[in-house]
Amino acid sequence: MAAPQVTPVATPDIAEVPATDRPFVTIVWNDPVNLMSYVTWVFQKLFGYSKEKAERLMLDVHHKGKAIVSSGARERMEHDASRLHAYGLWATVDQS
Amino acid sequence: MFKREGDVCVGRFDQAEAAVLQQVMVEMVTLLSERLDHADPVVARLFPDVYRDDPDVSADLRRYTEADLKAAKLDQAGEMLAAVPPEGGEVRLDDEGAEAWLRALTDARLALGLQLGIRDDTDLVEELDEAVARDPISVRVAQLSVYAYLSQLQESLLEALTG
Repeated sequence: MAAPQVTPVATPDIAEVPATDRPFVTIVWNDPVNLMSYVTWVFQKLFGYSKEKAERLMLDVHHKGKAIVSSGARERMEHDASRLHAYGLWATVDQS
Repeated sequence: MFKREGDVCVGRFDQAEAAVLQQVMVEMVTLLSERLDHADPVVARLFPDVYRDDPDVSADLRRYTEADLKAAKLDQAGEMLAAVPPEGGEVRLDDEGAEAWLRALTDARLALGLQLGIRDDTDLVEELDEAVARDPISVRVAQLSVYAYLSQLQESLLEALTG
């Protein structure tokens, strides 16, 4: 992701997104173009996540290269991936 | 750049900026109007495989989803194109319009970013300095400038929308 001009002073230590027992997950991958603020906004907008949660996921994508942003039934995950594609995020579906 | 004014996001563009935005969106509309070639890296990035390790299942799924996704991307590029005054001037966007612009700007930046070889560690200012030193009137200098401009514009619009 494209970092903002001013780098945040401290980056909180982020715990791994807990694995779920559900079979399918939607994953968002890091890309060098999308703005960090934009990715956070998309997570809030599409999933109704709080700003804190959306930022945590965005930072996971940025630092770890990917993050699980939703989990559930296969069709729903495919729908989530498609919605993310409409916003230009690189999303895939995988079996957890 | 955009600013919040009451219920709307307001952007003012001079003639040169308006021309840049129009050209960028015309290119996007052109790309999206043609039959999509998934061997093209830009197409592959705008329409990613849903299953990363399974191109066949991804291609199968695409038959159900791609038409809608393509139409949505075409709509937002067209919406942006129609909103830019050709001679420059003011653009007033409600929340829905601002969101369409944010998505259209994203697509344009993704396409341009791929063409320019933008990476996570790319320093845009440095990149531009180097390109200018090599040839100040090169296509690369122009494209890098457009990319930087679109990035700033998108950031300002997002801030105007959510800030």
